[in-house]
Amino acid sequence: MRWNEAEIDARLAAMAEQLADEYGEAPPALVGIQSGGAWVAEALNARLASPAPLGSLDVSFYRDDFDTRGLKRTVKPSDLPFEVDGAHLLLVDDVLMTGRTIRAAMNELFDYGRPASIRLAVLFDIGHRELPIRPDICGETLALPPHQRVELRGPAPLVAEVIEIPVKADE
Amino acid sequence: MTLAPPPSSRVQLTDDGKLRHFLSVEHLSRSLLEDMLDTAASFVDVGGRAIKKVPLLRGKTVVNLFFESSTRTRSTFELAAKRLSADVLNLDISKSATSKGETLLDTLRNLEAMAADMFVVRHQDSGAPFFIANEVTPGVAVINAGDGRHAHPTQAMLDMYTIRHYKGGFDGLRVAIVGDVLHSRVARSQIHALNILGAEEVRLIGPRTLLPVAAESLGVTVFNDMAQGLRDVDVVIMLRLQKERMDSAFLPSEAEFFRLYGLNNEKLRHAKPDAIVMHPGPINRGVEIASEVADGPRSVILNQVTFGIAVRMAVMSMAISGQESSQNPEQGEDHGR
Repeated sequence: MRWNEAEIDARLAAMAEQLADEYGEAPPALVGIQSGGAWVAEALNARLASPAPLGSLDVSFYRDDFDTRGLKRTVKPSDLPFEVDGAHLLLVDDVLMTGRTIRAAMNELFDYGRPASIRLAVLFDIGHRELPIRPDICGETLALPPHQRVELRGPAPLVAEVIEIPVKADE
Repeated sequence: MTLAPPPSSRVQLTDDGKLRHFLSVEHLSRSLLEDMLDTAASFVDVGGRAIKKVPLLRGKTVVNLFFESSTRTRSTFELAAKRLSADVLNLDISKSATSKGETLLDTLRNLEAMAADMFVVRHQDSGAPFFIANEVTPGVAVINAGDGRHAHPTQAMLDMYTIRHYKGGFDGLRVAIVGDVLHSRVARSQIHALNILGAEEVRLIGPRTLLPVAAESLGVTVFNDMAQGLRDVDVVIMLRLQKERMDSAFLPSEAEFFRLYGLNNEKLRHAKPDAIVMHPGPINRGVEIASEVADGPRSVILNQVTFGIAVRMAVMSMAISGQESSQNPEQGEDHGR
């Protein structure tokens, strides 16, 4: 399964619409999780009537799998060019699965301040959740078997495809 | 006791080339050093936020094992470990066990029994951290915080971070290292790092008595004259003149040294107009550097200290990460979301 630029575009447009419905006249600050989520946040922002404050998070220092996987650093450090205290934030990621990345991102956000609210927007929700986390805004919901993932490629053009991952013998 | 470092520093790396101990810059690849600087850049931002702490090393225990005392290096390692949420134990061995006759190996075994995950080692003997890295239980990382005259790799890397921060990179850069190079483990690590990272030219400036014999074999140009050596350099690194050297007839007097090699504005004018001035600290005002330079607009000496915390956070998390990955060799690519 693949999504070309136009298909991704249609999903982003639908998400921008949902965002306008959710927040009305006062859009939240967008916080994209690097790297895919940051691309989605930027693309969403371009579709808003007026651009929102835009930041990005590198959650590698907050992941819960450091003991087994070690340090996985992204290309850029976190960058939140606005006051987090009292802000309404929309956390943006490309693919939601276990929810662990979102947990890490929320922990990191609270180290910057105390936001008034955090909601979650994702381009794809592929299930297999391990934490009580659900998207508020979602481009497409899929039910993929455990050996498949969605991979977003970008930043321009944004395209996505389902990839197979090796399954460990004990799974 | 004198311990020679092993011919290769392979002990520092895992089988797939990740850092698991950081003992010396020598023999490491350019990409690994660049990765270290990039990781440090992410940690610099952590120091600027409301909560200056990330949970990366939560539950890990870092032991600062200082056989030779050093307030500054120990405190920046301590702060770095604390900002990574590790627990820190500071041991000033120069004042305790070894003076009661305990051997290095016995000290080590005792500390391992406390389930430490990392030793940050400073020792007056060259090679001691290598010895510890070879003897330590698998899974425990060793960081060299300065050994004898041999190496001080985290200091060199924070200097590299500072240079890259102000100069954008190393291509075409001329860097002068001035003063007591002979006794300086910092200089030795800096020379290796600058050559690995591709600096155009590394110059050593100092009196013959304070430069290593056959210094050129390290890949440097040697000058005995300040004005010539500083001409058109982008970076000036001043070294601390250790006062105890004066007794051993390396130098006539402090005043004489300052007249010839002390950095003042007059001498600094030979360097490029945008040259930066660095010093590993602690500085001896009026001995190797004049206050007008140390406190002047081109001095980045205090910025080095700030960057030093971030660089040490990067080194610590990379080494623990390397240890974890060699303990869990079957780990795959990251597909968890």
